[in-house]
Amino acid sequence: MSTYTAVTEADRSAMLEALGVESVAELFAGIPDALRLDRPLDLPPGQPEQEVYAHLRELAARNVSAEDEIGFVGGGMYDHYVPALIDMLMSRSEFLTPYTPYQPEISQGGLQVMFEYQTAISELTALPVANASVYEGPSALASAGYLAKLANGRPRFVVSAGVHPHSIETLRTYAFGFGAEVVEVPLRDGVTDPDAWRAALDDQTGAVFVQNPNFYGAVEDVAALNAAADEVGGVVKVAAYDPIALGILKPPGECGVDVCVGEGQPLGNRLDFGGPSFGFFAATEAYLRRMPGRIAGETRDVDGRRGFVLTLQTREQHIRREKATSNICTAQALNALGGVVYLAWLGRQGLVELGELLLQRTHYAREALCAIDGVEPLHRQPVIREFAVRLPEHAPVADVVERCAEQGVNPGLALEADNALLVAITEQRSRADIDRLAEVLQEAIA
Amino acid sequence: MSDTMVERTAPVAQAETKTIFEKGAPGRRAFVAPELDVPEVDRATLLPAAYRRSEPARLPEISEPEIVRHYVNLSKRNFDLDSGFYPLGSCTMKHNPRLHERVAGLAGHARLHPLQHPKRAQGALELMWNLERALSEVSGLPHVSLQPSAGSHGELAGVLLSKAYHEDRGETRTKVLTPDTAHGTNPATVTMAGMEVVKVGTNADGGVDLDDLRAKADTDVACLMLTNPNTLGVFDANIAEIAEIVHGVGATLYYDGANLNAIMGITRPGDMGFDIVHFNLHKSFTQPHGGGGPGSGPIAVSERMEPYLMTPRITRDDAGAFDLSFDHPKSIGRLRGFQGNYGTFVRSYAYIRSLGAEGLKDASETAVLNANYLLARLGEVAEHLPLAYGRICMHEFVLSGAPMRRELGLKTLDLAKRLLDFGFHPPTVYFPLLVDEALLIEPTETETKETLDAFADAIKQILAEAAEDPEIARNAPYTTPVRRLDEAGAAKRPVIRQPLG
Repeated sequence: MSTYTAVTEADRSAMLEALGVESVAELFAGIPDALRLDRPLDLPPGQPEQEVYAHLRELAARNVSAEDEIGFVGGGMYDHYVPALIDMLMSRSEFLTPYTPYQPEISQGGLQVMFEYQTAISELTALPVANASVYEGPSALASAGYLAKLANGRPRFVVSAGVHPHSIETLRTYAFGFGAEVVEVPLRDGVTDPDAWRAALDDQTGAVFVQNPNFYGAVEDVAALNAAADEVGGVVKVAAYDPIALGILKPPGECGVDVCVGEGQPLGNRLDFGGPSFGFFAATEAYLRRMPGRIAGETRDVDGRRGFVLTLQTREQHIRREKATSNICTAQALNALGGVVYLAWLGRQGLVELGELLLQRTHYAREALCAIDGVEPLHRQPVIREFAVRLPEHAPVADVVERCAEQGVNPGLALEADNALLVAITEQRSRADIDRLAEVLQEAIA
Repeated sequence: MSDTMVERTAPVAQAETKTIFEKGAPGRRAFVAPELDVPEVDRATLLPAAYRRSEPARLPEISEPEIVRHYVNLSKRNFDLDSGFYPLGSCTMKHNPRLHERVAGLAGHARLHPLQHPKRAQGALELMWNLERALSEVSGLPHVSLQPSAGSHGELAGVLLSKAYHEDRGETRTKVLTPDTAHGTNPATVTMAGMEVVKVGTNADGGVDLDDLRAKADTDVACLMLTNPNTLGVFDANIAEIAEIVHGVGATLYYDGANLNAIMGITRPGDMGFDIVHFNLHKSFTQPHGGGGPGSGPIAVSERMEPYLMTPRITRDDAGAFDLSFDHPKSIGRLRGFQGNYGTFVRSYAYIRSLGAEGLKDASETAVLNANYLLARLGEVAEHLPLAYGRICMHEFVLSGAPMRRELGLKTLDLAKRLLDFGFHPPTVYFPLLVDEALLIEPTETETKETLDAFADAIKQILAEAAEDPEIARNAPYTTPVRRLDEAGAAKRPVIRQPLG
């Protein structure tokens, strides 16, 4: 067993001698005997590298990954192709193994990546201010709630039922802490019910939350929903966006959004069974000094050379402690690197082309599935990369998923309450894959 | 300016760095879109113009070779653990084994969708279950949630758990005690959880001031957050008494696991009386830090805290099948999407399987040996950099640069910057706050004696040099891609994105 240490017996003797102690045990003399563990930890014995590899490989083999089936599951994370250059760059020692860039003179690479990433997120969202990443999508949305609470102190949040359930649950958890009530507004025809939305808003509303496209794939009229919030005034308007959809969707900065958050995984990050990925967080200028997390800024060194530093740190926990805008410290810098490299790789035209391709294929898939007897759309709203279909009553969705899985097709996420399937399309799902899905689904329902 | 200084400040010829947005040219690209293989439908029918973006986002237009060269060159402007010693206190910069990257990259882990049916994710759930059991054993607490994304996220979980626990008993408690040595995340977390921070003082030995604790521990206190060994590198031997005081007023005891690397297999937070512990998988369990994440902050809790743990939880039935369970009515709910940073679980699990019980204990013992050896070596400069508390340390120690500042005119910051020229990452500086000109040093177990000696020699050399000419260190560094940066200017006139016309 290797502990990745290098202290030989000779080293140990020399070191102990320098310390003037007889044994390593003496260094632990400060720990009272009664608190000492008087037995070895009950863990499997250490193993050589090749055996650990074999064990981890065996565990991996008991998962059905996107490599093993034709998958149409999305629901917040999507099986986009991750270009090879991202693997290479994310595994470079210089990006993989440093800590947070506390010493800017020797961290210019990472700091400039943050600056470029912030620029890319600002461009994507049409919002002037972006931080260097937060944990992931749902906690990004909950953190926006905390920003609102600190900004206006109002006691109530109004949330569209089209927001990802994990985001709503996370917001509720955070709000239990800092104290805010979370009111959910139902959907009508697949999108946030505008009348119920308006009725839920008042001068006690601290923030509103929508998602675009929403959890069921529908494109929301974010501008109209935010206009309703503006009638109340003083409300922080938060929206979660799918960054891939932003290739063709009107950006949140043009829809009255104050704080835009989202799950960054679709941007060049692996599925990894849910993480690590990153959350993005962008806002209008007014919230610059209320942002959570790290922000890189451009500056000059004493010789006048261009450089980058962590900036506006007086917002942060290590300076402001209990008055900080957030407790976040370690975030997702390496994953955000994957994000900005992916956006550069897609490029200005590529992001649009990808969006248009998904739009066409998703439409094709919705038509193909709805042509199956008994299958109908859960809603008829515009969709970009994901849609939901209701299955006939005689075909419970859980059973249908199992039957499809036997055929090597994962048909989508089961929405049991609606007996529906949430189906996601990526550029890795060709027309032939979609036709195969329709075929297998038809058999599974019959 | 002295001759030495002129020599050391010789200009380094370097072109000014450009961002990716300043490179490339219109029309260049890397991505090739798959062919449109379905019948094309009018775009405006599919997505009405009112919802459409009018102008493409101004992303770079650049070829793959340019992207690769750009980021590879940027990477070379970073110092990293794989290149050199990184004794950043409280950060546990231990070696990141490459095996972990290989196994985390296996398609069965890396391309597993988080909403895959549990039946078809048995390997992942088993891995998480095994990791939970291992962390439970290391901490001495029975129940584990892997969900939090980082240490501070684990702290938030812990404080919310305490809040839920008290509320469930019909009590509203509004205060959380933290020592003045605490990490900044502790007080920030308390405010986020809607409670008030009450600071507890430190005694002459570097531990919690028991009289101050007794005076402040009342029935408004929900929790005491503690790091043990603390950020001074001191194991608080009064921990049993501290636990008694805290539990005596019905409050919970929270363990900030940032310093767990000192005690694995030696003593356990659960046995010390802690109710909640967070682990930093990116510290003790060697998830690479990634230049600021990803991390992972699982928590382990005692029996009485279990009902409030986050959902979903992992279950194992009698037949050995794993599942996710959601039905826990007293749970505080979710803290994030999906099941947590699974990729970090794969790495830390591989680490625990490589080391086993004996190896983890050896890691902690060697970490403490290395820290004490380095402390002893730096005893040679104790005149200027004395140990702030105690005589020996655990896995890290705090020196005070106050005499150095007074007598040599060198601030801790200057020493740190001069270390850059010697090829070392400096220790954590100006933390903990209660030590004047603090220098928090954590060498970890994976460093050789030769490296520790070289680091101690470098510090000696810098101090000797400063005795001759303090200006050298005051103007350091000289050999880095850039020199001291105007941080005040950056904050005053923030430029946080590339202006694009």
